[in-house]
Amino acid sequence: MKRKTFLKGMIGAAALAAMPLSAAAQDPIKIGEINHYKRMAAFAEPYRNGIELALEQVNENGGVMGRPLEFIFRDDQGEPGEAIKIAEELMTRDGAVMLTGSILSNVGLAISSLAAQRGYVYLASEPLADSLVWESGNDYTFRLRTSTYMQAAMLAEEAAKTDATTFATIAPNYAYGKDAVSAFKENLLRLKPEAEFVAEQWPALFKIDAGAEVQALERSKPDAIYNVTFGPDLGKFVREGTDRGLFEGRQVFGLLSGEPEYLDPLGAEAPEGWIVTGYPWYDLKEGAAGAFVSAYQERWDDYPRLGSIVGYMTVQSIAAALEKAGSTETDAIREAFKDLTLDTPMGEITYRGIDHQSTMGAYVGTLALRDDKGVMVDWVYKDGADYLPSDEEVSKLRPAD
Amino acid sequence: MGLFIAQLLTGLANAGALFMVASGLSLIFGVTRIVNFAHGSFYMLGAYVGYTLIQVLPGVVGFWGAILLAGLAVGLIGMLVEILVLRPVYRAPELFQLVATFGVILVIQDLALMTWGPEDLLGPRSPGLVGVVRIMGEPVPKYDIALLVITPFVALALWYLMTQTRVGVLVRAATQDREMVGALGVNQAWLFTGVFALGCGLAGLGGALQLPKGGADLMMDFNILTAVFVVVVIGGMGSLPGAYLAAVIISVLNVFGVTYIPQSTLVLMFIVMVLVLMIRPYGLFGREEVAGEHGQVGEPERPIKPAGLQVRLLVAAGVAALAALPLYGSGFMQVLTTDILIFCLFAASLHFLLGLGGLVSFGHAAYFGGGAYVAGLLVKHAGTPMELAFILAPLGAGLGAFIIGWVCLRLTGVYFAMLTLAFAQLLWSLVFQWGEFTGGDDGILGLWPAKWLSGTTPYFYFTLVFSVGGVLFLRHVAHSPFGYALRAARDSERQAEATGINTRRVRMLAFSFAGFMAGLAGGLFVFSKGSIFPNELEITRSFDALIVVFLGGVKTLSGGIVGAAFFKGVEDVLTRFEYWRLAMGLLIIGVVILAPDGIVGTLRKWAERLGVLKRAEDES
Repeated sequence: MKRKTFLKGMIGAAALAAMPLSAAAQDPIKIGEINHYKRMAAFAEPYRNGIELALEQVNENGGVMGRPLEFIFRDDQGEPGEAIKIAEELMTRDGAVMLTGSILSNVGLAISSLAAQRGYVYLASEPLADSLVWESGNDYTFRLRTSTYMQAAMLAEEAAKTDATTFATIAPNYAYGKDAVSAFKENLLRLKPEAEFVAEQWPALFKIDAGAEVQALERSKPDAIYNVTFGPDLGKFVREGTDRGLFEGRQVFGLLSGEPEYLDPLGAEAPEGWIVTGYPWYDLKEGAAGAFVSAYQERWDDYPRLGSIVGYMTVQSIAAALEKAGSTETDAIREAFKDLTLDTPMGEITYRGIDHQSTMGAYVGTLALRDDKGVMVDWVYKDGADYLPSDEEVSKLRPAD
Repeated sequence: MGLFIAQLLTGLANAGALFMVASGLSLIFGVTRIVNFAHGSFYMLGAYVGYTLIQVLPGVVGFWGAILLAGLAVGLIGMLVEILVLRPVYRAPELFQLVATFGVILVIQDLALMTWGPEDLLGPRSPGLVGVVRIMGEPVPKYDIALLVITPFVALALWYLMTQTRVGVLVRAATQDREMVGALGVNQAWLFTGVFALGCGLAGLGGALQLPKGGADLMMDFNILTAVFVVVVIGGMGSLPGAYLAAVIISVLNVFGVTYIPQSTLVLMFIVMVLVLMIRPYGLFGREEVAGEHGQVGEPERPIKPAGLQVRLLVAAGVAALAALPLYGSGFMQVLTTDILIFCLFAASLHFLLGLGGLVSFGHAAYFGGGAYVAGLLVKHAGTPMELAFILAPLGAGLGAFIIGWVCLRLTGVYFAMLTLAFAQLLWSLVFQWGEFTGGDDGILGLWPAKWLSGTTPYFYFTLVFSVGGVLFLRHVAHSPFGYALRAARDSERQAEATGINTRRVRMLAFSFAGFMAGLAGGLFVFSKGSIFPNELEITRSFDALIVVFLGGVKTLSGGIVGAAFFKGVEDVLTRFEYWRLAMGLLIIGVVILAPDGIVGTLRKWAERLGVLKRAEDES
């Protein structure tokens, strides 16, 4: 222990002893946060930084209901079974009042199933699966991030505006890829009934054979391509596709491809002209969005990724729900989340009572190069509320609550 | 026609890195008999080291120099690993070394994360080889052409090394009969070290060479592992030409698969592997494994005997203490213990197969996850009550094991192990891909136990009864005539046959029985978690079970259970820390080196030495 730390500790202890505050007023409100800190470190770390920044701000402003807010971070190795065990521990032993976290959809779904069974509130911060709030939705699970369906619908809207009529899709061969393709198809065909899908490629997740996929796409001669690949697959796909001229004269739509997590590793090879969903932090200078970016940069000496803003908004949402509930009882928190409205760096969002999905939106723009780095230009922020199915459809999708 | 040629070239170019990694694995296995699980990690290291070196060294010379240096550096790392980790455990039971290589995987994962950070690195371009050339109008990247040229050169160099040099003669001799080579005065230790370093160097070279087509990321190690295993097995373990041919076949078929059956990307290579092994059980160029050819490594196994009164009392006391857990333990203690009990049963079922039957299954998760999925699917699609679904889980898994066992048991040794792995992967792909029926990666949710079992404590007792009951039953079977027949088939197939034991039937039964028990564990698992995902069928789950059985001690009856409890308990503690994978990996390596007979086996030896337990030889 350094001398300074020791002294601080002594002062702290003395201060605590001297203060006549009741213990209850000082007891933090604990939130259980489960994530894949090791397995998906590139995503989980910025997310955690966003959470910590928000926590510091909340606690500087007097905490929630006069009590400090505290997160307990736990690593689940990316395994649904582990996450369930940890969730139980957080709720029954560590005294957490609710759960949040997860990036992977399967882990999010596992926690949501547990939440419904045991009666724990779970805010699914990052997982994208549509079924989390629809087919498998339940009374105890809420979701913050713009879902697969919403982001695909935003791109479908852009695609409908172009002249392209024949489309090819490439998506990783698993649940997320399939959801993303079917949502895009559904929305595009609604807006542009003459659109035609001429090829569907399904590379194995993180095992793409990019050369072969590019040849297969080229063979179908589409007007436009819809890309759902991400991570290392995206890098390989972009490189082979650029080399082999796949993208020449074709409009490409890339789901999530503009998020710094996926765009930045591409460096100077970011594919110009793609229309993507993402997070253009570099151009966010004003208002709440800009304030978040500069506060984040000041705190961490690093720029925010999409995960950072999601983490930040997770804390904001939980703090707002707790304040509204006025209690840490599960039922009160759950009721508070329904139709909860709050201001965030992305504007006002609402947790819809009908399906527990927040109306957080996404930035849609075109990729360009700036200083040898990929950036989004001509972007607009699209409010998530405008890209969800009608209420009747949603209630059909969501089984009896 | 142009497209066809271009596709062929793409396939051949893809074969390059795959061949290098696979040939390294094949070489290592051929000589040292080590199934190097960490081979993917050396591939990953090659990519990272190559990336860093290319940043430093400029120009064309720098680029190619960096790639060569990356191969060399990884070879050196491999040498260190061999000397520090593997050398102390060559005398341990066969395949024990794979536990050590598993520890190496964990250590390398965390070290790579610390060194290169979490972000994916996009591979640098090769100077002078950017862009495409047109072949019959079709674009072919220049770097693909370079790979097409380089790969045969590497293959030729290896061929020259193996057939035309003295070192090669020694390596080949060691592949055939390493005891004899040792007897002729060749320093085996350095031969092993050299081959291991060469194999790792090749993996590193492969990783560095693929940089311009991909990059470096932290998931590379596991992502390439199955493909490499498949290539090595199809080609024939230990055969370099086989590895080359198999890499080409797999890569080219994959390219055509992508184009004409885009959905096939997950299953294609496993189907090829199963087909090849059905026709040529030892791969394209492999040699038949003759039992005992390589000599029984380690000391001979002791006969097992029923537990004495003391042990029985001890076990009874332990079970009683567990049964009383709800009286003194928290709710979470019960949840954790439930997890551990389920994993113990799973490990014990594999141990039965491995320890008593001598049948190494690399795909045991198929029956664990399979049982869980049987229950989950029944509840989801047929509305089956939980109790009935739970009973059908082991039956379904047992039936699956029976069918897979019927196919796999035509093979022996490592080929058998690899075929079980292929089937497990096929099952995983099926579940992963067939979303409409299985839910795919989104799994099946809402699988909770019936009302009377729904609390933590009732389900804890439910698990306790079935896990402890299952483990005791496995133990009982080991002492039954069937258990004797199974061990007889393991120790000497010919003598067993001569005494009238139908060894194939005995093994079939054992395989199905082990699958049944794993399915029981899977049934317990699915209702304790309330959901099931393809993760439970993954290769890592099979590895988990394999690791704990070896850690506990293959040649002891209780090894599986002790290893499982130890592993799960430690995991629960360690994952609370930041660099837990590093700690876990080092711990595994430490246990491997200090306890080459497994935890139970080594404890027993120490106890005998101290006189606490009677020596085995004194009793007869």
